[in-house]
Amino acid sequence: MTSNQTAQPYLKIEHLTKRFGSFTALNDVSLDISEGEFVCFLGPSGCGKTTLLRAIAGLDIQTFGTLLQGGRDISGLPAAERDFGIVFQSYALFPNLNVEKNVSYGLVNKKTPRAQIKTRVAELLELVGLPDQGRKYPAQLSGGQQQRVALARALATSPGLLLLDEPLSALDAKVRTYLRHEIKHLQRRLGVTTIMVTHDQEEALTMADRIVLINEGVIEQVGSPTQMYREPRTLFVADFIGAMNQLPCQITSDRAVKIGNLEIACRTHELPIGSNGVLTIRPEDIVPRGLGGEGQNGRPDTAAAGASIDVTVGEMEFLGSFWRAELSGASLAGNKLEADVSINAVQRMDLAPGKNITIELPVERVTVFAKPAAL
Amino acid sequence: MSDQAVPVSGAEVKSKLSSDDWIMRGFIVAVGLWMVLTVLLPLYFMLSKSMQDHDGNFIGLTNFTTYFSTPALFYSINNSFFIAIVSTIITVSLAFTYAYALTRSQMWGKGLFKTIALLPLLAPSLLPAISFVYFFGNQGIIKGLLGGHTIYGPIGIIMGEVFYTLPHAMMILVVALSTADARIYEAAVSLRTSTLRTFFTVTLPGIKYGLISAIFVVFTLVITDFGIPKIIGGKFNVLAVDIYKQVIGQQNFEMGAVVSVVLLFPAIAAFIVDRIVQRKQVAALTSGAVPYAPKPNRLFDGLMLAYCAAIAFIILSILGMAIYASLVKFWPYNLTLGFSNYDFELMDGGGWSSFSNSLRMALYTAIFGTIIVFTGAYMVEKAKGFGVARGAVQFLAILPMAVPGMVLGLAYIFFFNHPDNPLNGIYGTMTILVIVTITHFYTVSHLTAMTALKQMDPEFESVSASLKVPVHRTFLRVTVPVCLPAILDISIYLFVNAMTTVSAVIFLYSTDTSLASVAALNMDDAGDIAPAAAMCVTILFACGGVRILHVLLTMGLHKRTQAWRVR
Ligand SMILES: Nc1ncnc2c1ncn2[C@@H]1O[C@H](COP(=O)(O)OP(=O)(O)OP(=O)(O)O)[C@@H](O)[C@H]1O
Ligand SMILES: [Mg+2]
Repeated sequence: MTSNQTAQPYLKIEHLTKRFGSFTALNDVSLDISEGEFVCFLGPSGCGKTTLLRAIAGLDIQTFGTLLQGGRDISGLPAAERDFGIVFQSYALFPNLNVEKNVSYGLVNKKTPRAQIKTRVAELLELVGLPDQGRKYPAQLSGGQQQRVALARALATSPGLLLLDEPLSALDAKVRTYLRHEIKHLQRRLGVTTIMVTHDQEEALTMADRIVLINEGVIEQVGSPTQMYREPRTLFVADFIGAMNQLPCQITSDRAVKIGNLEIACRTHELPIGSNGVLTIRPEDIVPRGLGGEGQNGRPDTAAAGASIDVTVGEMEFLGSFWRAELSGASLAGNKLEADVSINAVQRMDLAPGKNITIELPVERVTVFAKPAAL
Repeated sequence: MSDQAVPVSGAEVKSKLSSDDWIMRGFIVAVGLWMVLTVLLPLYFMLSKSMQDHDGNFIGLTNFTTYFSTPALFYSINNSFFIAIVSTIITVSLAFTYAYALTRSQMWGKGLFKTIALLPLLAPSLLPAISFVYFFGNQGIIKGLLGGHTIYGPIGIIMGEVFYTLPHAMMILVVALSTADARIYEAAVSLRTSTLRTFFTVTLPGIKYGLISAIFVVFTLVITDFGIPKIIGGKFNVLAVDIYKQVIGQQNFEMGAVVSVVLLFPAIAAFIVDRIVQRKQVAALTSGAVPYAPKPNRLFDGLMLAYCAAIAFIILSILGMAIYASLVKFWPYNLTLGFSNYDFELMDGGGWSSFSNSLRMALYTAIFGTIIVFTGAYMVEKAKGFGVARGAVQFLAILPMAVPGMVLGLAYIFFFNHPDNPLNGIYGTMTILVIVTITHFYTVSHLTAMTALKQMDPEFESVSASLKVPVHRTFLRVTVPVCLPAILDISIYLFVNAMTTVSAVIFLYSTDTSLASVAALNMDDAGDIAPAAAMCVTILFACGGVRILHVLLTMGLHKRTQAWRVR
């Protein structure tokens, strides 16, 4: 789903470092973004997402490193000489100007003829789904509507780059889901290269072509949502995106680890034998035995010929479309696992707290990382 | 996210300044230069004058030695502190009870009582002094109440200062008392804490900073005030009047400078304490607080009402006495009423033209002062980078608060009347009066502007930059309209203070630019006390009229903009 990687990138970030006094907020960040791509900067609070976005915008210029936009070196240019539109978390709509005047704010300055401005404003309001709200003031609009006005204002001058800093975080869940869809749709239609900052992984997974996961000022991993989910390169990524079981283990070979006395086969890795590691597997990848020839997610069982473990079902939590079951057992050496089981499977297997079952950990779904120093 | 050194490729990025950055920095430099010219250099000239002899030779601290070995001079320090401390204790106690009634009771007429308590702000400080002469002077109507003591001296000064500083203390304490968090009181009630104990363990600590601030503001106002002790001080010398006597009476400018330096010390000390306290108070406000809503209590509300009515009655009597005195033909022999005392043309002091001068001066001060203050505050608050210059301007903007009006006025003589100063052409003109008044009242105006600007979304400027709209356009189209209430507040504050001030302008007016408040002082000096009262009353009504206009304007503005103002 990623755009053509061989073409010249639209935005090229090279060795970007940002310091606030002695504090390094971004450390040697490099990233290429293609034209028309929708990229999400994702990461925990304070990791430097906003700092990177503001450096790209020229609002807080980086300490070191270069930025190229459309082949032009913009590294030290002030915001006013760059080409972007921006939407802030607060929307920053001008409260004393009505919606039309907010949207046309950047057009009036360009000495565009009046009639043309009017058509353009109407077109933009249509585009964001607010065709009859032009005369209202921002205070008279709902949060979601204000958000769309801010979007229209940012798009009015047809910028080459659209920057969104947590545009949805001030909205309630339902509006947020709806607007996710709207923004993504709009972005596809206009084909404008877009960078969105968010700390909500679900938002990033559903909207982005590519996710840039940032942690403590450095990029942990860049990839498509499925790559990030399926192929996390570090324990941090594995932990941050989606739910993940994590069990301390010993490395016994390049394809297996040991938990207590239990040996578990895993994907090939390059960790030193005998060292401490962390075994990870997603709850939905755990396969309860006795479901016939098929894993619950439709995987053929043959591919999942991994370790078999006897466990006891503990608490079960109903999460709408599936159950999350807590599993423990003697062979797990005091650790617990969480497994997602479909409603059908629960019924078929008559799963309930206290029941003993056997589960399988498919080799291709078991990934091992080095044990972090701090843990 | 570590502090360790990172391998870095290439040199630090040199950011190019946008035209907006240049404009904003230009303004900051301009405002900074303005402050240097209007505050820093004059003060420097005054300090150096205090170390010179009559011929301008540097003589170190000799003048100070002379000062401290002349009892007639340094006794004033004692006197000033005595007056300031006693007045502060009385004012803050009275104001606290008054503010408590306004915020913590359910008594009747809170709005009315608040307005009455603010009325003294509209009058020059001479007015209460003149009223007290009519009440308690040698021919006063109730002078028996003083039990044989004279009003001309500490008693009169203290009474006048209490009247003059009460609204300042009350405003600070009302703010402090109304930011109380109801949840703490509910907790106290649920723990069955006694009312008295709640007062000492919850209320007082909660308004600690407001109380300290009120104390220091009142102290500074009293110790630097000139009008009241001048009119009613008799032989009781205080520092501010000493400066006047040295400069106007004896033409001893060097000694005037020495007394000014002496007066600067307590003013700066009080100023520093107040700044520290203000900073702490901001941090003490939490966002989740629930406003306290008092419950009705007949006995308490009745007591509070009686108290406020008494204070309001005294304030109104003092104002009323000045008005009455200004209308009486010839006190106390001919009590028929008329406007003969308003015939200022017959008196010393410049006649009605001094009143129109005052109006003009107040108008210019309001217009130019607001423009300078608001633009300066905007640039300091919103410019990017340029930290040192912004910090310097911010400091210079706060500094005038610490400089007593007399001291500033005298410093202006030394600086602007210096033969080598290319600006000495403005000496004796309307311009210098406007400049000194703007400077004297700069700090409060600046802080008001900063408060309003800090409430604006900091990203307005970022959005404008991304849309390639120049900053001055956003300033005029968004910032100014949104901040209009604060801008009106600043201009009205400057106007009223320009109308009533005496201390800042007393050394700087010329025969062509005599002002109403100065004229009142001079008429009183010449024994024309009734016309002096008439001039004070004229000022009072002018300020009152402008205040009412301000209220109407604000209401109209509110109506027009309520569509977009978030409630
Ligand atoms: N102007 C500044 N001065 C000093 N430190 C700053 C400044 N701006 C940001 N920081 C620090 O840089 C780090 C990154 O901040 P940034 O705002 O980029 O975080 P973020 O990833 O956007 O977080 P959030 O999700 O909370 O918005 C934080 O630790 C922050 O404290
Ligand atoms: Mg952020």
